[in-house]
This record gives sequence, C-alpha cells and structure tokens, in this order.
Amino acid sequence: MKIKIFNRGICVCALLDTNPVMRKKCAEMEKNMANMINDETIEYVGILAKLELSAEEKEQAKSDMGRMLDYIDKLGELDTTDVEPVSHVFPVENVFREDVVINGDERERLLSNAPQEKDGMFVVPRTFE
Amino acid sequence: MSKQYETVIGLEVHVELATKTKIFCGCSTAFGAAPNTQTCPVCTGMPGSLPVLNRQVLEYAIAVGLATNCDITRYSKFDRKNYFYPDNPQNYQISQLYLPICQNGGVEIETEQGGRKIVGIHEIHMEEDAGKLIHDEWEDCSLVDYNRSGVPLIEIVSEPDMRSAEEVIAYMEKLRQVIQYLGASDCKLQEGSMRADVNLSVREAGAETFGTRTEMKNLNSFKAITRAIAGETARQIDLIEAGERVVQETRRWDDAKGESYAMRSKEDAQDYRYFPDPDLTPIRVSEEMLQEIRERQPEFRTEKMARYREEFDIPDYDIDIITGEKPLADLFEAAVALGAQPKKVSNWIMGETLRLMKEREVDAADLRFSPEHLAKLIALTETKQINSSVAKEVFEVMFEENTDPEQYVEEKGLKTVNDEGALKKAAEEVIAANPRSVEDYRNGKEKAIGFLVGQTMKAMKGKADPGAVNRLLREFLQK
Repeated sequence: MKIKIFNRGICVCALLDTNPVMRKKCAEMEKNMANMINDETIEYVGILAKLELSAEEKEQAKSDMGRMLDYIDKLGELDTTDVEPVSHVFPVENVFREDVVINGDERERLLSNAPQEKDGMFVVPRTFE
Repeated sequence: MSKQYETVIGLEVHVELATKTKIFCGCSTAFGAAPNTQTCPVCTGMPGSLPVLNRQVLEYAIAVGLATNCDITRYSKFDRKNYFYPDNPQNYQISQLYLPICQNGGVEIETEQGGRKIVGIHEIHMEEDAGKLIHDEWEDCSLVDYNRSGVPLIEIVSEPDMRSAEEVIAYMEKLRQVIQYLGASDCKLQEGSMRADVNLSVREAGAETFGTRTEMKNLNSFKAITRAIAGETARQIDLIEAGERVVQETRRWDDAKGESYAMRSKEDAQDYRYFPDPDLTPIRVSEEMLQEIRERQPEFRTEKMARYREEFDIPDYDIDIITGEKPLADLFEAAVALGAQPKKVSNWIMGETLRLMKEREVDAADLRFSPEHLAKLIALTETKQINSSVAKEVFEVMFEENTDPEQYVEEKGLKTVNDEGALKKAAEEVIAANPRSVEDYRNGKEKAIGFLVGQTMKAMKGKADPGAVNRLLREFLQK
C-alpha cells in the first residue's frame, strides 16, 4: 500500500514494502522511534492534506510520519552554528526575466486535460465561502 | 454602553502591479481578455513548469518600499503558502513570509483633529494573485478562469496603528497616491487593483493589551470600509458587554446587508505550512540596483506641491486637490504645457471635471478627455468664440467621448454670434415682448435685467456672449 502526500516540488512518499526484510527493519525502527504522532495530529494533517484515511491507514501513517521525523532529527546532530540557512542548493541568485509578453493564447491545449469544461473555463464542484 | 472603547485597526492592502506580464511567466496581464486565453503551464500549475521572477515586479516593490520609508531587505526570497482551493491551481501561492522585500516603514497621515501621525508599515511582500471563480447558478457548479492567476501583487501590511475609519481611509489614500505617483498601479478599489483586509479589535480605553481581532474581507470601496468598521466595532463591543468572547476569525462583509459573517469553517484550518520555494532563486539587492531605483523615483506630491506654489498662480486649495491624484496633476501640467493659463486649467479641473467625476462615479485614472482638448476648449472661451454655458455643454460631451471641442463647436454651430444686427434685433424684440420687466428695471429693480438677458440669450439660441447682451440691453433701456 502506498500513501502519498503531495506537494508540488516536495513529494513525501512513504512506501511500505511487502518485502519481509524491509518490514523487519521497519518494525525495529518503530520500537526505537523518538517521535510519536498522536491521533489528534494525524486527524489534523489529514484535514490539511484533504485525505480521508481508514483507521488502519491512520495507524500506518502515524508510524511513517514518526519515522520521517526521526530521520529529520538526524540533522540536529550536526553542529550548524556557523552555517547560513539555504533555500536553494545551487549558488544562484537574481534570476530574472524582463517584462515582455512572450506567451500567446493556448487555451485549447490547456483545457484539453480538463475533465469538464464550459465557456472556455474549467468546471469544478460548486465552491462558496 | 457604560464603558469607553477604543477601536484598533491594522490593514493588509493588496495592490495589483501595472506590469505587462505576470510575476513568474510571460503571459499578458491585460484586463478583459476571454477566459483562460492568457495562461501557460507556469500560471496554471502544470507539473515540471518553472517560475522566473519578473524584474519589473521587484523594482516596483522596492520603489514602493523606498517611497514608504521601508528598509529594503538585501537578501530576500519566496515561500510557498499551501492551501487547497480551485482558484489556486498549484495548491500553493508563491508569497514571501520569512524575508519580505521591504520592512519597517511608515507613512504620515492627517488625523481628524487636524494633527499628524505615522502609520507604521510592518512589511511589504511580493506575491501572485489567484484565478477567478465564477459561480454557475444554473448548473450548480463553479467555473475557473486562470487569466488572473500569477498577476503580480504587493501586500502592504500595516502595524495596528489606526483608531478610526477616517484614519484608515487617510492611510489608504496616502498609499494610493504614492503608488499612483510611482506608476506602479492604478489602485482602483472597484476593479480590485487595490484591495484591503481590515484587522480590527476593540479594547477598553486606556488598556495596554490588544483585544482579540477579526479579519474582514471583501471591502471594495471606502464607503464599504467605513460601514464595515462601524459594524464590526459595534458587534465586538456587544459581545464584550454581554460577557461573551470575540473569536479570532476571518469574516466576510456583506455591504448590501450591512453585516459580516464568519467565512471559514473548522475544516479549513488556517495552517499554511509555509516553506521556502525551491524553484525560485534568492534575491540579492545590490547597492547599484538600489541606487538606480532611487534615481528613477518620480517627483512625489510634497515636492510637486512646492513646485506648483512656485510656478503657478493658483490657490493652495486647488494645489491640494490637483496633486492629490496623479492623473489630475498630469492633466493639469500637460494642459498648461500646451499654453493654457494655469488658473483656467485649474478652474476646469476643480469645477466641471470633479463635478462630473462625482456625478458619474468616474475615477481620475479613467478620465477620457485629453489635455489637448481641454487646452483647445479653454482657448475657445478665452477668445470668446463660445460663451461659458456653451463651454460647459461642450465639456460634458468631451468628458464622455474625448470629442475635439473645435470640431464639435464648428459642426454644431455653437460659436457665439458676433452679428451686431441680429443681436440688436433680438434685444429689441425681447424688450417689446416684456414690458413688465422693462418697467421693473426702470423702477430700480436690478434683477429684472437678468430675466431680459436670459430671454435674449434664448432667442439667440445661447450663442451670444452674455456680457455683450447685458451691455446692449442696458444701453437700450436707458434710452
């Protein structure tokens, strides 16, 4: 079974393999898990990510997330006192474009992927505030 | 109400920048195009597409920051604000949370008591606008148009420094004026190129700590803002007086009903999980870049006012109004440059222009007539080719359609008749037809002459110079 929490650019993919070796490894890791995710948190994350999880999937996600956080905690072992935070891994700055229109009308191509369209627009379930 | 309360207000003002293209792609930002015809993979959030910052957006944001006394953040970057809504195809908005481009500024406003105060600006950040949702009542669904998706915005976040609706409006007018002077936006509230969210709380007068605040959205005119502030202040005071608590929430103002209602349910928790956008590179603002922008800053209102006082012989009151809106100042200067007398131009702006703008709800930015045509109209009246009432009539047409006044006057035959014979004949006829008024005038009733002038003008179909008619009638009646 796969649970994917998508965010463009970041794709956290927790993969629970059916491979027995992997399973054993996971079980071991769980025993020593430092980060325990409670029911409330998993419920909240589910709402934010618009996921509906079954009870079983919730348990699974709890242990996956705990392990992910453990992994992230590893970074805390490093001394980063003199390291500046980076948001970009390449030493690139100031990439700009000039204010010139270069794109034309590509509506047809854009809408060709839409499950439903009307009057040149995407049709989505009714939204209201 | 037994206790005295104080209203505390902070604003988040969104301003749509006047760039030709969107913030991260080369799609046009032109208004009014057919739905989804100004879109591309970047602004519709297609996987694999990469955003690149429009340099003009950065320059406008810095220019606004400099003009509002902000510190420019020398190392700045973009962050993703995550939320799910169909107007946002990426499921996140690219914005700035951690290192906004401008910080710690402020502008001076006039208070109702005639004093001055500084409204602090906490930060100004760059971000992208969302698409537009249209609700289809017939089919019970919503339609999405992404033309506006990716249109550049700056969000100006004030400190909670305002205490009344009047101060809020003074602050917004100040921002609008500065931004219009920079040419960074037309700042039209009705069309949404300037939008304000009002953060408001109340507290007992003299209290040190702030009360719980609410945020109000959907305010698209100064009138709506004033009403919403009054409504929300009263609602919060009622809650407190009744011993209840104000809940921190986002509310939508319904101006037609004159009340606000809570917008988001618990299902839409406001947790945006911001993180740095890895697709965009950081921005390092160099000293040279800053210097270049500084040098390009235009003449702002205070400098313009000083110059007008030096150069033109017009009242301070006129200077105040004309420089209050950049388009009016531009119109004034252009017409004067074409040779029209400053006082005359000022009179047309202060009188008929403002009157028609108010009557027809036209923004200064939307004035249609050109300075050339205003200068021509002034020349026509100065040379007495048309009289003042004809001039007003021509101006109304010009105001609507930017008609050439010379051509219009010619075509409609509105030129003042300088035919002495025709005028004399008309005057004699009017005198003969109105013995009562003639009698009154001769008995010392000065007012009676006005009626006779009116009748003569009518006989001349308005095409006479009223001054000349007046003189001629007096001459005849003295005989």
